[in-house]
Amino acid sequence: MPLMQKEIFVSLKTIVTKEVKRFMRIWVQTLIPPAVTMVLYFIIFGNLVGNRIGEMQGITYITFIVPGLIMMSVITNAYSNVVSSFFSNKFQHSIEELLVSPTPNWVILLGFVLGGALRGLAVGTIVTVLSLFFTELQLHHLAVTIAILTLTAILFAIAGFINAIYAKSFDDITVIPNFVLTPLTYLGGVFYSIELLPEFWRYLSMLNPILYMVNTFRYGLIGFSDINVHVALGVITLFVIFLFSFALYLLNKGIGIKQ
Amino acid sequence: MTIALDIKNLQKTYRNGTIHALKGIDLQIQSGDFFALLGANGAGKSTTIGIISSLIKKTAGSVHILGYDLDTQANQAKKSLGVVPQEFNFNQFEKVEDILIHQAGYYGIAASIAREKAAFYLKALGLEAKAQTPSMRLSGGMKRRLMIARALIHQPRLLILDEPTAGVDIEVRRLMWQFLQEINQRGTTIILTTHYLEEAEQLCRNVAIIDHGEIVVHQPIKKLLQHSQRKSFILHLTAPVTKLPASSDHVLFQAMDDPDCIEVSLVKHASLNDLFRYLDQAGLKVSEIKTRRNRLEELFVDLIDQHKHTKQ
Repeated sequence: MPLMQKEIFVSLKTIVTKEVKRFMRIWVQTLIPPAVTMVLYFIIFGNLVGNRIGEMQGITYITFIVPGLIMMSVITNAYSNVVSSFFSNKFQHSIEELLVSPTPNWVILLGFVLGGALRGLAVGTIVTVLSLFFTELQLHHLAVTIAILTLTAILFAIAGFINAIYAKSFDDITVIPNFVLTPLTYLGGVFYSIELLPEFWRYLSMLNPILYMVNTFRYGLIGFSDINVHVALGVITLFVIFLFSFALYLLNKGIGIKQ
Repeated sequence: MTIALDIKNLQKTYRNGTIHALKGIDLQIQSGDFFALLGANGAGKSTTIGIISSLIKKTAGSVHILGYDLDTQANQAKKSLGVVPQEFNFNQFEKVEDILIHQAGYYGIAASIAREKAAFYLKALGLEAKAQTPSMRLSGGMKRRLMIARALIHQPRLLILDEPTAGVDIEVRRLMWQFLQEINQRGTTIILTTHYLEEAEQLCRNVAIIDHGEIVVHQPIKKLLQHSQRKSFILHLTAPVTKLPASSDHVLFQAMDDPDCIEVSLVKHASLNDLFRYLDQAGLKVSEIKTRRNRLEELFVDLIDQHKHTKQ
């Protein structure tokens, strides 16, 4: 490996390792709460309420909601890891350690994004393992499952990065998760099939990007989806490219981090 | 001799050009120098350092570090530079050793090599016992030394220190001075900003004074001190002074907190004989005489005053 590439690799590895160490060091705050929340969802919505609901599109209710709940954990954790980590780096000015160094901006961005995506995937794995205590999951399509999980984790990690760039206070890093992400996730077909909705609401739901992620993941796990999986994967990939380019543009311009 | 830092027409404006923080600074610092960049608060020192360290975007001008253009050869320029900022800017939750290893990683230095370098600098700066301590538990002086170790971990050829000894006790300050002198003797160019002007007088060979975004003086400290219009002394008297002798155009007497001492300023061309004549007339007996240390401080105030009057 040429020297320059080797240095870039070391730099990227340093950022990713630091990010992973950070969320592992505070595992009580980062890994346990989503696991506890999801277990409550499995018990209440899956078992207690789910038994009365019966089946959804021919699938037991708990099996229907498990993919959405796993995806919900991946989305919120990938997002919140990057938004809180990058913002606290800005807040403590420790981001200056990176800005004075020769680390290219794309490496800084990629490092934080991979760190966030890894937390999302770690929590997703924990929730998946816990879900097996409540239902059986038969992997329908491994490649689709891995692809959609990875793309979603990366997409929301980038979104968290952009939020952190613009954030000026700790309040600013909670606005998007509370008022945008959570409603979109709940309305993104986690708990129901959009086929059950009246026509207007069904078409409105089609504008919700999380619907595509949840359904593609559900397809990967149990083989059922409300939408075209290939279109969904393509659109999400385009979103990843667009948001990554936009975040890099913000970083190159020094928006939110340089005077 | 190579030029460590070459700044040309450096300008910085804020608020859509209404505030001119830097008004076209030109500055050249030779390789191997120990250089003082002085100025009052808000004069433009930190803005200049911020631009050199890529933390502040310049409005116009150019910066070359060891010959590398910061705009077009940022990678090499940044590798040649180490910065110790004024504020503590490390992650307070990280351990001391981790802070150094991570910083080395950002410069492409693998963790195994970085660990050895970290051990060396922690020992050199008296922090080896704190390697596994979270940085938030360090004292102020230790945090300052940690920032110096962090800035040196990639062995830069130019080191910029923005008020490195602020709030540090005398013992630690002396340790830091000694360490900085050693690395300067080994070839690292050092640029220092400080409010302790005796620090600049003791350590630095050349000085620039910045005021309202302009360089008003740039010359060797010794030469600058020769321009001093006054010489100041502290006189220890055999008995407490009850009434100060009358000052004149040549000699200015000032009381001090200690009633056994007075401070005397002589104009440059006055001789000590003139001073003793005044003291005899006033009936004061002197047991000890000392040159006042911070001559640079007087000069600094004079130069800033002169610059203010020139602008008016």
